[in-house]
Amino acid sequence: MKKGNKNLGREFTKGIIKENPVLCLLLGTCPTLAVTTAAVNAIGMGVAATIVLVLSNVVISLLRKVIPDTVRIPAYITVIAGFVSIVQMLVKAYAPSIDESLGIYLPLIVVNCIILGRAEMYASKNSVLPSALDGLGMGVGFTAAMLLMGMIRELLGAGTLFGVTVLPESIFTPITIMILPAGGFFVFGLLVALAQKLRRITPKEKEQSGCGGCPLAGKCSAVKGKEDCGNA
Amino acid sequence: MLRSFIYVFLAAILTENYILTKFLGICPFLGVSKKLNTAVGMSAAVTFVMLLATAVTYPIYMKLLVPKGLEYLQTIVFILVIAALVQLVEIVLKKYIPALYKALGIYLPLITTNCAVLGVTMLVIEKSGTDYGYAHALVNALGTGVGYLVAMVLFAGVRERLEDADVPDFLKGLPITLIAAAILAVSFNAFAGIVDGLVGTV
Repeated sequence: MKKGNKNLGREFTKGIIKENPVLCLLLGTCPTLAVTTAAVNAIGMGVAATIVLVLSNVVISLLRKVIPDTVRIPAYITVIAGFVSIVQMLVKAYAPSIDESLGIYLPLIVVNCIILGRAEMYASKNSVLPSALDGLGMGVGFTAAMLLMGMIRELLGAGTLFGVTVLPESIFTPITIMILPAGGFFVFGLLVALAQKLRRITPKEKEQSGCGGCPLAGKCSAVKGKEDCGNA
Repeated sequence: MLRSFIYVFLAAILTENYILTKFLGICPFLGVSKKLNTAVGMSAAVTFVMLLATAVTYPIYMKLLVPKGLEYLQTIVFILVIAALVQLVEIVLKKYIPALYKALGIYLPLITTNCAVLGVTMLVIEKSGTDYGYAHALVNALGTGVGYLVAMVLFAGVRERLEDADVPDFLKGLPITLIAAAILAVSFNAFAGIVDGLVGTV
């Protein structure tokens, strides 16, 4: 029993640090770059994605013996799209300001590779409780990485944190480029460099390629066998 | 009328570039931009699917979902249409145009989950209005695809140079790629307002 608990704990924590979906597996880069202009947006996006991730992992895990192997990807996409629509409606109704600032990226959670990736790699092979915890852990890791980026970009780009002025303009001139697209790529590059540096300490960690975590990588011959993909 | 088409087309390539200003389709941008030929192949496949997807989803939304009051089904309908379309294109190309299948086929499975395709079909619905109809939507999809191609080709060139550059150890691999992308994005920032200057405000 004790051992079981320990394993469940690991299912949860692995997504936060060791297999952080954004900084280590490099999945879901689009929303990470797009919505992190402010810390609040990062949390809104992270929470919305986490809800979808947990619910779709649970449902796909429950259906894993029912869904035929050949049509599993369309089936997963349908389940995920259903939950995304629900979350979208809830956000529109109860947090319209978040809906406004996330815009198109809220419905685009449907094509977020983290969610399809966890469905394919984890939920389709494991039972309900570990799948839910795996989804929750990955969601928290995703949110944490986005929050970190959002805070850095908001602080440097606007001198505020969660909308509260931290660095008044009298002592710090905001570096506007940080909240522009270029700043997104730049901060993300540095954070990935930091994550790589920290991970080199653990020796058994193997190199992850950019598309290696992509759920469809197996079908994509651009990835297979060649080095065209990801970080060399 | 023609001027508004040119406006939409150029804006989609330069000022609204999906990769460098909207962050859509970043995975393939980082994944297959290492060599010029794969970058071109992927962009061509993306452009093709974007055009086809917009051609199908726009009428579905306007003629089917809006009259029935089912706008909330947009996400789920659009992604299923795109997934089915990609599958169909793959089958048709394989059977009838094997040469094209050989060139584009390998990229097709990845396109279903490319957020740029879903993004272009959804953003065009938001933009649609009395002076922005079906034809504009198609021109926009084409322009977005060409913009995708431009960004991919430019970046493939940058990355081929990066291969020979002496990069500090901790930046090797993906970090330096992202920082190079940041510099490319800065240059696209400079395009702000260029379309108004070239074509005049519409």
